Amino acid sequence: MVTLTIDGREIKAKEGLTILEVAQEHGIDIPTLCHNEALEPYGACRLCLVEITARNGRSRLVTSCLYPIEEGLVVNTASERVIANRKMLVELLLARCSGEKVIQDLARQMGVETVSFRPEYVERNNCILCALCVRTCQEVVGVSAISLANRGVHREVAPPFLETATACIGCGSCVYICPTQCIKMEDVGDTRIIHNWKVQFKLKKCKVCGNYFAPEAQLEYIRAKLNLPQDFFNTCPNCK
Amino acid sequence: MQVKETSTRIASRQELEDFRRLIVARRDPGRTCIAICTGTGCHAYDCLGLVAAFREEIQRRQLQDRVDITATGCRGFCERGALLTIYPQRIFYQQVKPEDVSEIISQTIIGGNVIDRLLYSDPNTKELFVHQEDVPFYRKQQRLLLGNNNRIDPTSIEDYLAVGGYTALSKSLFELSPKQIMDEVKRSGLRGRGGGGFPTAVKWESARRAEGSPKYVIGNCDEGDPGAYMDRSLMEGNPHSVLEGMIIGAYTIGASIGYVYVRHEYPLAVTNVTMAIKQAEEYGLLGENILGSGFDFRVKVSRGGGAFVCGESTALMASLEGKVGEPRAKYVHTAEKGLYGKPSNLNNVETWANVPLIVLNGADWYNKIGTKGSKGTKIFSLVGKVNNTGLVEVPMGTTLREIIHDIGGGIREGKKFKSVQTGGPSGGFIPESLLDMPVDFDELTKVGSMMGSGGMIVMDEDNCMVDMAKYFLTFLEEESCGKCLPCREGIKRMLQILTDITRGKGREEDIAQLERLSDNLIDSSLCALGGTAPNPILTTIRYFRDEYVAHIKDRRCPAGVCKDLITYFIVDDKCPGCGLCIKSCPKEAITFVAKKKPVILDQSLCIKCGACRDICKLGAIGVK
Repeated sequence: MVTLTIDGREIKAKEGLTILEVAQEHGIDIPTLCHNEALEPYGACRLCLVEITARNGRSRLVTSCLYPIEEGLVVNTASERVIANRKMLVELLLARCSGEKVIQDLARQMGVETVSFRPEYVERNNCILCALCVRTCQEVVGVSAISLANRGVHREVAPPFLETATACIGCGSCVYICPTQCIKMEDVGDTRIIHNWKVQFKLKKCKVCGNYFAPEAQLEYIRAKLNLPQDFFNTCPNCK
Repeated sequence: MQVKETSTRIASRQELEDFRRLIVARRDPGRTCIAICTGTGCHAYDCLGLVAAFREEIQRRQLQDRVDITATGCRGFCERGALLTIYPQRIFYQQVKPEDVSEIISQTIIGGNVIDRLLYSDPNTKELFVHQEDVPFYRKQQRLLLGNNNRIDPTSIEDYLAVGGYTALSKSLFELSPKQIMDEVKRSGLRGRGGGGFPTAVKWESARRAEGSPKYVIGNCDEGDPGAYMDRSLMEGNPHSVLEGMIIGAYTIGASIGYVYVRHEYPLAVTNVTMAIKQAEEYGLLGENILGSGFDFRVKVSRGGGAFVCGESTALMASLEGKVGEPRAKYVHTAEKGLYGKPSNLNNVETWANVPLIVLNGADWYNKIGTKGSKGTKIFSLVGKVNNTGLVEVPMGTTLREIIHDIGGGIREGKKFKSVQTGGPSGGFIPESLLDMPVDFDELTKVGSMMGSGGMIVMDEDNCMVDMAKYFLTFLEEESCGKCLPCREGIKRMLQILTDITRGKGREEDIAQLERLSDNLIDSSLCALGGTAPNPILTTIRYFRDEYVAHIKDRRCPAGVCKDLITYFIVDDKCPGCGLCIKSCPKEAITFVAKKKPVILDQSLCIKCGACRDICKLGAIGVK
C-alpha cells in the first residue's frame, strides 16, 4: 500500500494504480475525454492533468490517467495552474469542434463561455481525435480495422490507405464508444453500412423471430474466436 | 589497404595490440597521401568527381606506388568545399575542383610547391594559410570528435585502429569494471548531446540497475533539425568511434543488443555504419566473446522514415518496434521499460562518440574542458547568414561571438547581425546583446533557448523575426505527431496568429494570446516537441517585441520581408538604368523610361518576390 495526498485528503491505495484510478475510487472528480477503463491509458486529451509536488517542493503537471502513484505523493487536482491549463485545452477543443454538444457542455462546466480565438479560426470538426474508436477496435475487438493516419494537423481516423476497412467486422464498437457520435452507421433492411469506413455488411436473420440482429462477419468472427458450433448464431440472443 | 586475413577474429587484448602495431608498421608516415573530404557538404562541390580525377591522374602518371588517395568524412569547413589535405606536409587546399587535379599533382606532389590560389586566404587581411589548424575557422576549435575525420577512411576499420581505435574498448573490458567505467563517466560530467543535456551516467546507472533481460542500448542518429548535420557527419566520417562508445556503454550497462537508429535520408551514414558493424564483427570487436573477454554484444541498424518526432526517445523506440513513431509519457523511464518493455538506454551518437575519449584519457582530463555544468566539446552546425558555414566543434563555454565572428567569419556581405537561433526548430532566438554569453546547456536555457542537438542559425538585419518564428512554427506544425491536443491544436492556433500578424491583420491582444498558448503547451504537452515549440515565439517576443509591435500597430515589417506589408521602389539617384532588374522580374513590372535612365516599377504588377532587390548590387531597389 502507498499513502498519498489528493486535494488535502490522505489516501491509502494499492501500488500500481494511477492517480486517476485512485481519485475516481474516492469520488474525486477529474475530467477526462480520451480515457476509458476498458482501454490502456493514452494521455492524448490532457484534460486529466493534475499538479504534483515532489518532496523537494518542485511541482509539475502530469496526466493522472498515466501517472503511477508513489509514496508521499501530493496531488492537487484543481490548482490554479491546473484550471488555467484545462480551460485552455477546452478552448482549443471548442475551436476545433465548435458544434459538438459534449464539448460545449464540458466548456460550460469549466466556465469557458467563449472562445478567445478569432471567429475565422473556429472549425466545425466532429472528431476530437481521442482515438477511443481506434483503440477499442485494436484492444477490445482485436481487429485493428481503422487507425490514425497522417501527422499533426492532418491527423485523422481512417481505414487503411483511406480506402475500405477490409478488416472491419461491422460490430459498431467504434460507433458506440465515440464521444461525439461522428461515426455514421445505419442498418437498412438486411444491410449494415458504416459510412466512415466505406464498408457494408450482410446482417444475419434470426431463424426464430426473423429479425436481422448482427452482421454475419461479426458473428463469424466471434464464433471462430470462441470455437462455437457452426449453427450457434442461427438464432438471435433474444430467442435463445 | 587491408592487411588482415578477414577470417581471423582478434581473440585477445594482446592480439589487438599486435595487430595495431602491424598496421602502423606497414604504413610509411612519410608517404604522400591526399585526403579528400567526401562529407555531405563537399558532395555538392563534386568531391566524388575530384576523387575520381585524382585516381585517374595518378594512374596516368603511374604514381600509384608513391601516392595514396583517401576519401575521408566531413572536415567541417563546408563553405569552402571541396577540401583536401596533402600529407605528410599537411598542405590544406580549399575550393578544389576536378580541373585543379593535374596542377596539384605536377606542382605540389611532384614539384613540392604550394599553390597559393588553392590556399585559404583571409578575406580581410589576404593572409594565406598553408595548414588547416592555422585557418581562423579552425583556430579556436577543439576537434576531439571530428579531428579524425581529417585523416581516416570511414570504410576502413584499419584506419581507425591505426589512430588508436578500440583501445578504449579493450581498456574497458580488461582493466575496468562496469562500475569503474560508470564512475569515470559520472566524474567526467558528460551530458547527453541529443538535446536535453541529461547526465549520461545517471541514465546508464538506471538502466544498469533495472531488472529485465535483454537490455538494449540505442544510438540516436535521427537528426531532424533543419540545417543540422553533426550526427550525420560523425556517422559518415567516423562510424567506429560511435560503435566503440556503444560497445563500452553496453558493457557498462549489461546490454546485449544495440540499435543504431539512423534516418533513411542519410544513405551514406546508413552505408558506412552498416559496413563498420560488419567489419567490427569480422574482427571480433562485436558479436560473441568480444576480444576474448566473454562479453557478447550485437548491433543492428534501423532506418527511420524521416519524422522529426522520432528523435524523441519513446517515439524512436515505438518506431524501432515497427509501430507508428509517437511518443508516450515517460513517467516510467525507458531505462526501466523501454524498447519491447525492456530496460533500454538511448544516447545521441555524439554522446556515444565522447565515451571512448573519456575512458581513454580519464575523467580528470575530460572535465577540465568546458564549463562548470557542461563538460567537453560540442559540435555545432553553423549555418545561415554567416561567412563560414560549416561544422564547428568547440569547448563548452565558447561565446556566441567567438563562434559567429571569429570562427564563422562574421556576417555575409558586411550586413549587421540580428539574431542567432540555437537548438533546432524549437530553439530560441538570441539577440546581439547576449553574444558574449558562454554557450553551454544551462546558459542557453537561461536565455530562453536550448542546446538541442547543436543547430545554430545566424540571421542578419534582413530577417524579420516574426517571419522567422512563423517559419519554425510551420515546421513544427507539420512535424507534431498530433497525438496530444495542446501540441496539435495549440501550434495550429499560434501559427494562425503569427500568419495574421505577418499579413497585417495582427491585433493588439495577439501577443498576450501567444503567451497564453505558449504557457499551455509548455505545461501540458505530452513530449518535448510540444513543450519546446513555443521557444521561437517566446524569445522573439522577449527580445524583438518592437518588431511585433511594428507589424501589429504600424502594419509595417521593419526588415522588409512580410510581403503584405512592404512595397518595393526604385531609388532613382542610385539607379544607373542597367536593366538587370528588368530581366529578373517575372511579372514585367519594371520597365525602362529611357535607355540608361532610372527604371520604373509598376506596383499593380509587382508580386513582391524580391528578385530585383536580390540582383541589384547598387542598392537601387528600396523596400519600405
